[in-house]
Amino acid sequence: MKRNHSNKFKIVLIAAALALCVFGALSGEASIVFTKAATICMECIGLD
Amino acid sequence: MIKHLRKIVQAGWGLLSNGYIKGFLPGAPRLYTGALKHFCVPGLNCYSCPGALGACPIGALQAVLTERHRRFPFFVLGYLAAVGLLAGRFICGWLCLFGLLQELLYKVPTPKLTVPEKIDRPLRKLKYLVLAVLVVGLPLLYRTKYGAGLPFFCKYLCPAGTLEGGVFQVLLNDALRPALGALFRWKMAVLLFCIAASTVVYRPFCKYLCPLGAFYSLFQRVSLVRQRFDSHVCTGCGACAKSCAMGVDPRTAPNSAECIRCGECQKVCPVHALSFGAGKNISSKEQIVS
Repeated sequence: MKRNHSNKFKIVLIAAALALCVFGALSGEASIVFTKAATICMECIGLD
Repeated sequence: MIKHLRKIVQAGWGLLSNGYIKGFLPGAPRLYTGALKHFCVPGLNCYSCPGALGACPIGALQAVLTERHRRFPFFVLGYLAAVGLLAGRFICGWLCLFGLLQELLYKVPTPKLTVPEKIDRPLRKLKYLVLAVLVVGLPLLYRTKYGAGLPFFCKYLCPAGTLEGGVFQVLLNDALRPALGALFRWKMAVLLFCIAASTVVYRPFCKYLCPLGAFYSLFQRVSLVRQRFDSHVCTGCGACAKSCAMGVDPRTAPNSAECIRCGECQKVCPVHALSFGAGKNISSKEQIVS
């Protein structure tokens, strides 16, 4: 029974983390990530 | 069976997440710019790889932290926390292309090195320092004269970026070659060191330097998917500990921060005392450990 409660708590935590993720996406962070990911990252390549 | 299954999953995921074939063709745009690039893949995978279909979570985290107007990275941290809470370092063992590359390099027939424990133990902490300093601290605190920060980990350390992004982009893109300088040579030196080290030490980047592995390891003991150990059926033969290339003894720490949940210990256990599960039917030993 205790273990089931523990698993339910973990699922709630995962849902909370996903909610933060959605909040961040809606507040414009997904666009920041996209802008960075859709252009060649000079730092990743090793260009100044 | 599980060994081959894992290799198939690792390779399949690597190909799938880098499946933009056009990026590798002459004359084509060198990056995928579709909607999937809004989202992070769970493993370390450079978004500047010509085939990358998603964003690297560590690169994405730094992209948000280095914004001119500072903001808390809800999107990336929420995503990473959800993945960590779900599976912990299972991602390292099953869904990381750079991890697979290191494993394949370890198969090169060279003398293998066992790092002495007094060196190995402190070196394992280095990845947390990389996470705290190069991924979070410096990108957040240091500002250029233009007001933005620098992605220190991507710029100065990440060998996956050098290989998947740098090498491929430089080979495919003539215009980039004249701009190569000291930074590229430094990054190539880091990459070559990692490649050489991987032939003698099992997954050295994952053990000592990977900030993503460090982040996921924080969730190992609380993740939903975890390794279960049944002390009642264990005969104490030690085959599991001997088989673990990450240096973990699953009998005493089935959900160690260093375990990448590859399942090799489960494969060699003659009495099936180890298994993956979502927490139900937990063993008495795991209760004792955690």
